[in-house]
Amino acid sequence: MPWSREEIAQRAAQELEDGFYVNLGIGIPTLVANYIPEDVHVTLESENGMLGMGPFPYPDEVDSDLINAGKQTISELPQSSYFSSADSFAMIRGGHIDLAILGAMQVSQNGDLANWMIPGKMIKGMGGAMDLVAGVNKVVVIMDHTAKDDSPKFLNACDLPLTGSGVADLLITNLGVFDFQDQRPILIELAPEVSLEEITEKTQAEFTVCPKLGRHLHTQ
Amino acid sequence: MIKLRNNENEALEGLLFDGMTIMAGGFGLCGIPEHLTIALHDSGVKDITVISNNCGIDGFGLGILLETRQIKKMISSYVGENKMFEQQYMSGELELEFCPQGTLAERCRAGGAGIPGFYTKTGVGTVIAEGKEHKEFNGETYIMETGLVADLSLVKAYKSDPEGNLVYRKTARNFNPVMATAGKVTVAEVEEQVNLGDLDPDNIHTPGIYVDRFIVGKDYQKRIEITTTREHTA
Repeated sequence: MPWSREEIAQRAAQELEDGFYVNLGIGIPTLVANYIPEDVHVTLESENGMLGMGPFPYPDEVDSDLINAGKQTISELPQSSYFSSADSFAMIRGGHIDLAILGAMQVSQNGDLANWMIPGKMIKGMGGAMDLVAGVNKVVVIMDHTAKDDSPKFLNACDLPLTGSGVADLLITNLGVFDFQDQRPILIELAPEVSLEEITEKTQAEFTVCPKLGRHLHTQ
Repeated sequence: MIKLRNNENEALEGLLFDGMTIMAGGFGLCGIPEHLTIALHDSGVKDITVISNNCGIDGFGLGILLETRQIKKMISSYVGENKMFEQQYMSGELELEFCPQGTLAERCRAGGAGIPGFYTKTGVGTVIAEGKEHKEFNGETYIMETGLVADLSLVKAYKSDPEGNLVYRKTARNFNPVMATAGKVTVAEVEEQVNLGDLDPDNIHTPGIYVDRFIVGKDYQKRIEITTTREHTA
């Protein structure tokens, strides 16, 4: 069975290490915050100018001056700090953020990532994504393995405009996990009941298979 | 010199001309100069180049300047959530220069600090790098980006003293402090004016040197784009 959105987020949460400063993108990456292991202390950064992002506020605490990069209302923590966009991106571009988890529309076998526009169809903009993939120490990409029409999204080369070139360090899809070593993907995990044949069939990118390929064991 | 003005129209008096470049602070609808934007709308100034991370939403924030087609060009990192923007861009009425968010913030910071250009890794290998100077430092490739200055910067702060020393509140700070430094003229709107000495000099976010005029805005809407909450657990 392929992983659900929540299970993908759960798998991504395993990449968090104690003491990490982490930026979570919009969508499934936001869910990762729900699965931070109890013995791991991480600080969440929101690129609109906050460190120590707290959970969604209680209804009586909603504050229009306190939002995350997805424009959702959030809350602050005792350790929170606020700063300008320039300071925020100095953290990001200066390599001070340990890990970024973000969504993608396409990923290529050398770690190129496309997630900001579909020419002629969707123009939203890159927001902070180009800065994040260029500056953050480790970039974890999350996406569905295939598009709605079952066409592959993990490709030889992206055909959408890139967000960054050779920037992905780890790709987690609903079918498995690929680790990029020297811009070459290695399949390191399969979701339960997903076969090597199935994931190969649904992938256009060339990848190697880790000899110790394991199945993800559910840890609740 | 008295920096406080009576209202937003007075605050912009003598500063506007067609074809000008205006920076506007804010992220989404958070920390936007909502009153000064209405004054811009009412002034009828046109062919503006607007430098702002977003362009408001339909009917609020900078979105109201799209309705009247006062904006010629936007320099932004994200323009989603705005149908009119998309329409005008697709039909070719509106120019758009996409600028990665961190590059945008740094371009404003640099412009305000008298730095005409800088190198960054952001955007290397993407369309953003096309036509820009590439340079290698320590074996890594960077592109050159230019500093930005504006004829006028409009910012929103929480409090000001009579000298124009500003304090922002929470994530409503965002682009406001850097844009305040990068305007040839900077006009601020604040929720409250406090007396001299009421702001802690150690905790002033924008020193008054950057602020030429300010107003105290009334009846702030401070709209929220997406209200997300959690339940109280028993």
